[in-house]
Amino acid sequence: MSPTVKRQLWAILGLAVAVLALMAFLQSDYFELVLTQVLLWAMMSVAWNILCGYSGYFSFGHAAFWGLGAYTVALGLIHLDLSPWLTIPASAVVGGLAGALIGFPTFRLRGHYFALAMLAYPLASLYVFQWLGYQEIPLPMKREAPILYMQFADQRAYVALALGLLVITLLISLSVENSRFGMSLFAIKQNEPAAEAAGIDTWRWKMLALMLSGALAAMAGGLYAVVLLVVTPEAVFGMLVSAQALILALFGGVGSLWGPVIGATVLVPLAEGLNAKLGDVLPGIQGVVYGIAIIAIILLAPEGVYWRIRDRLAGLLPELAPMPTPGATIPAVPRAAPSPTAGKDLLVLRNVGISFGGLRALDGVDLSVPEGGLYGIIGPNGAGKTTLFNVINGFLSPERGNITFVNESLVGLRPNQVCRKGIGRTFQVVRAFTRMTVLENVTVGAFVGAADAAAARHMAATALDRVGLGARANALAGGLTNRELRLMELARALAPQPRLVLLDETLAGLGHDDLDGILGAIRQVRAEGVTVLIIEHTMQAMVQLVDHFDVLDHGRLIASGTPETVVRNSEVIEAYLGKKWAEQVAVAVK
Amino acid sequence: MPFSLVDFLQALTAGILVGSTYALMCIGLGIIFGAMRVINFAQGDFLMLGMYAAFYLATAGGLSAFLGPSGGPIVAAFLAGPIVFALGWMIHRFIVSRVTGAGAAQTEGAGAYGQILTTLGISLILQNGGLIVFGSAPTGIRTPLSRSSWEIGDILLNQGRSVSFLVAVGLAVAVYLFLGHTRQGKALRAAADNSQAALYMGIDVDKAHRVAWSLGVGITAVAGGLVAGSQSFQPYTGFDFVIVMYAGVVLGGLGSILGAFWGGLVIGIVQQMSTLILPYQLQNTAIFVVFLLIIFLRPQGMFGRLSERT
Repeated sequence: MSPTVKRQLWAILGLAVAVLALMAFLQSDYFELVLTQVLLWAMMSVAWNILCGYSGYFSFGHAAFWGLGAYTVALGLIHLDLSPWLTIPASAVVGGLAGALIGFPTFRLRGHYFALAMLAYPLASLYVFQWLGYQEIPLPMKREAPILYMQFADQRAYVALALGLLVITLLISLSVENSRFGMSLFAIKQNEPAAEAAGIDTWRWKMLALMLSGALAAMAGGLYAVVLLVVTPEAVFGMLVSAQALILALFGGVGSLWGPVIGATVLVPLAEGLNAKLGDVLPGIQGVVYGIAIIAIILLAPEGVYWRIRDRLAGLLPELAPMPTPGATIPAVPRAAPSPTAGKDLLVLRNVGISFGGLRALDGVDLSVPEGGLYGIIGPNGAGKTTLFNVINGFLSPERGNITFVNESLVGLRPNQVCRKGIGRTFQVVRAFTRMTVLENVTVGAFVGAADAAAARHMAATALDRVGLGARANALAGGLTNRELRLMELARALAPQPRLVLLDETLAGLGHDDLDGILGAIRQVRAEGVTVLIIEHTMQAMVQLVDHFDVLDHGRLIASGTPETVVRNSEVIEAYLGKKWAEQVAVAVK
Repeated sequence: MPFSLVDFLQALTAGILVGSTYALMCIGLGIIFGAMRVINFAQGDFLMLGMYAAFYLATAGGLSAFLGPSGGPIVAAFLAGPIVFALGWMIHRFIVSRVTGAGAAQTEGAGAYGQILTTLGISLILQNGGLIVFGSAPTGIRTPLSRSSWEIGDILLNQGRSVSFLVAVGLAVAVYLFLGHTRQGKALRAAADNSQAALYMGIDVDKAHRVAWSLGVGITAVAGGLVAGSQSFQPYTGFDFVIVMYAGVVLGGLGSILGAFWGGLVIGIVQQMSTLILPYQLQNTAIFVVFLLIIFLRPQGMFGRLSERT
């Protein structure tokens, strides 16, 4: 168990002790009720955070789960005489199923549209429950067996129950955060295509997150019904419920374990207190407080209280470990003898074509990359280079032609499946997970080939050593130089030990000195037996690096061969410099 | 068939009449989304403010007394527009502009959601502030038009809704002409198309956004004023229309003003026609189903571009 996790466990224990102490100290039913609400809303918000904070898919509709939980408990008690001891766990099942049903269509959407579509579910439920005639249903009192039906005279029993559920939720959230599950969600949040290309089955993790989040939110709603003893559609499916879940998390700090708890601790008593004092005169004061809180937090501290404090503290503390620049640690590997014909064909493209509207982005591309080769594809901007990679790794499906890898077809596979076959890739635009360390960044990529988290960490560390970034393993990715970022992305692609890596403009925008470091790392990778296919639009660096060139222009391969022959090809010069230059060069050569 | 042809035509006519005011609301929302790419959660609450503005103008403002109970509310609905326009201008100036437009940095944590959350905050304040100021009792604008009808064959045309229809369509045409043929309208569309490029071409994008925002909430407020003549409302009413507006705008195609008009109209028709086979309370659930169907059948219309640049 890592020290961070241990610290968090102590913190959760501390929270439990603090709440119990407070409970012993409070002598009024009213304050105990407020405390119960703080705990339940904290739980709701932590549940919301598991989906939305970790994966970045914001939901404006978590009231759907809360409401379903509340109605499961209320209707179970009224119609089936079921005790909340049974129906609160049952509501977790209901919430989880609802999550699956909702996620199935809604995860077709991203960003704003996902958030917006989520809004529709609680509102539709609200109308349906009104129509079903459940306008206002009070929970019947069970005087004959109150404890069996979770009806306590002493409010403190509810505090303890809510605390128990919150602690369970926090523990679940903590274990999500520190597992492959959480890592995958973080990766999705940062860059979903990159996560998918790193072998993460994004669809599966998103669905699991929504189901888990829905199950926990429904349990919170279920206990809420027991505590308040009356359920109305507006109170459990209303916009304020969904809004409150996200406002609390946002206020405290989205994506952190404690953010939602901080938010609930500050805002719930504030809104409740104002409502109790001024509710008669100013009936909407609670909503106004939340509205002002949300605007204030967005304008003043958009990252939330938790992150603000953490970043402040991090600024005060000295750097954790000295970070030597590893420039010299990359061994200069001598250029391997170019013998591509010796290897068997690893990746083969036959007559691959794809169009966007009228534009033929790829047109009849034939390409074979032998095992152990270091192949380069060059071409001017817009030649179709990145499209070619997207077709190989599954972001795009080719309209024509065939792609095989070790004699297996790749056509129709999703990127995470292509990655599992042993093809890693980097991206033109490096997206680091800035709040994670270098090692964690690479671990995300390593999960594909690893049995468990420890193995993934080990593979990640190995990959970092391979590219010469081992000394920076514990640095935050946000503070890396461009060269280090490129190396980190290379390590991420290498971590699951692929047979082939696709490097997308890894050399772009690097200065001369940085370039040498990266070239060294790429040669090193190849020397270890990994096949490399790299695209670039600058020819100079590539000539030193690769043993075979393919030149792409307007979606067609116009030349192919060793660097020496390709740079003399007049068609290539024309594609790069225009017709006039090609003619002049031709004259000069003669 | 569980309903007669007359029922069908009656529902269709009602749908077109109601849909025209929805279309106007959708145009308001569509202008804001089109120009700013901001999803405005508070749009329904600006609609609600339009209702109350029209209500107070008609009653306390004396428009009904001065212009008669039929004409007064219509003029009041029109005047609700500039009032809400001015309020929208202030809200954009002091709040919204700080999270949108050229100067807004994308912050982590809230991320791209900063804007949407800000409008959610505005929505909560308007809704609950409305509760404090206006009270929770439902109210409505009394007009004899809403209780009388014209008869065309067997079909009844509610006079209030028919007049609203004419006003809504007229205003929609005016907005369309404004956007297409005036300098300010063109600036708005340029800012919508590519705010960076518009900025370099000397268009004050921030101002264009402010105009779009204010115009958008103002137009929706007029639609609210028109609806206020035929149904009762309270401070939370706005939210009922949020789904209507978003379904309409998404149906029509995000960012297209003409699309927003037709989308709103179709949503009105769907809502009224659903009463033929569904209970009255589930009208809005029918809209929700349409909304989901759009997501299912035309997701590319919602995603914008299918493939992201990697």
